[in-house]
Amino acid sequence: MTTTQTQAAAQLPIENPGEAYKRRKTTRGNFELYSWVFMRASGVVLLVLIFVHLFVNLVAGEGITAIDFGFVAGKWASPFWQVIDLVMLWLAMLHGTNGMRTIVNDYAERDGLRMWLKIALYTAFVVVTVLGTLVIFTFDPCPADAPANLLPSFCTA
Amino acid sequence: MPSAPAGTLYRGREGMWSWVAHRVTGVLIFFFLLVHVLDTSLVRVSPEAYNAVIGTYKNPIMGLGEAGLVAAIVFHAFNGIRLMLVDFWSKGTRYHRVMLWVVMGLFVVTMAGFLPRHLMHVFGGE
Repeated sequence: MTTTQTQAAAQLPIENPGEAYKRRKTTRGNFELYSWVFMRASGVVLLVLIFVHLFVNLVAGEGITAIDFGFVAGKWASPFWQVIDLVMLWLAMLHGTNGMRTIVNDYAERDGLRMWLKIALYTAFVVVTVLGTLVIFTFDPCPADAPANLLPSFCTA
Repeated sequence: MPSAPAGTLYRGREGMWSWVAHRVTGVLIFFFLLVHVLDTSLVRVSPEAYNAVIGTYKNPIMGLGEAGLVAAIVFHAFNGIRLMLVDFWSKGTRYHRVMLWVVMGLFVVTMAGFLPRHLMHVFGGE
């Protein structure tokens, strides 16, 4: 080691010698990194869930013409479809809201506009996700006061 | 407006247009999703309320809209896989154009399987 380097080291002592080297000293967290990873991970899962959803609801059986209360009740009478649809609801809302957040950040250049658009976006996320979750869990496939011909066949059995 | 740099990897070609299409389809799907959760929530109100609203969807105009929605979802899904391959596969950036044509090919095959059956349901009557 040369004399100048020794002097420089003496003037600037290492504060925590055992600490790992950090390339970036100031940080605002890794939120954007996790969001980037989440979009890819949730995207793969959503591809499978939504393709199954579209096949079961639009292609199999009578397709779109068969969709009514009895069809939905028939699915949600089973915990399997409740869980599938709950996971799909949450992943799709998070994936979609995060995508919209990216777009708002890209195009809404005025601070005030960007803030209000994001407040509206996050409000829509909370309202729709909470509503959808409550509906899946509090749903009754055989409401007592409803006409029997609108209900799935197992209600009268 | 700042002038566009020439000869960049993405600008104005397959990379940029697939990125634009991914954003546009993503926004469309998001707004549909909000409406879709709200209308499905009517099952919690009453069978009559749900059937009444779903009944207004059962016409040719909404049927074509559903076909467009499925097209947007299929493109967004396959292009999303392509975008992950560009990110994670070592040769992804080299083949990103070829992969867009693979995406379009898979899109055509998937829609060819879906459209006839869906349009039959929509226009075929009961």
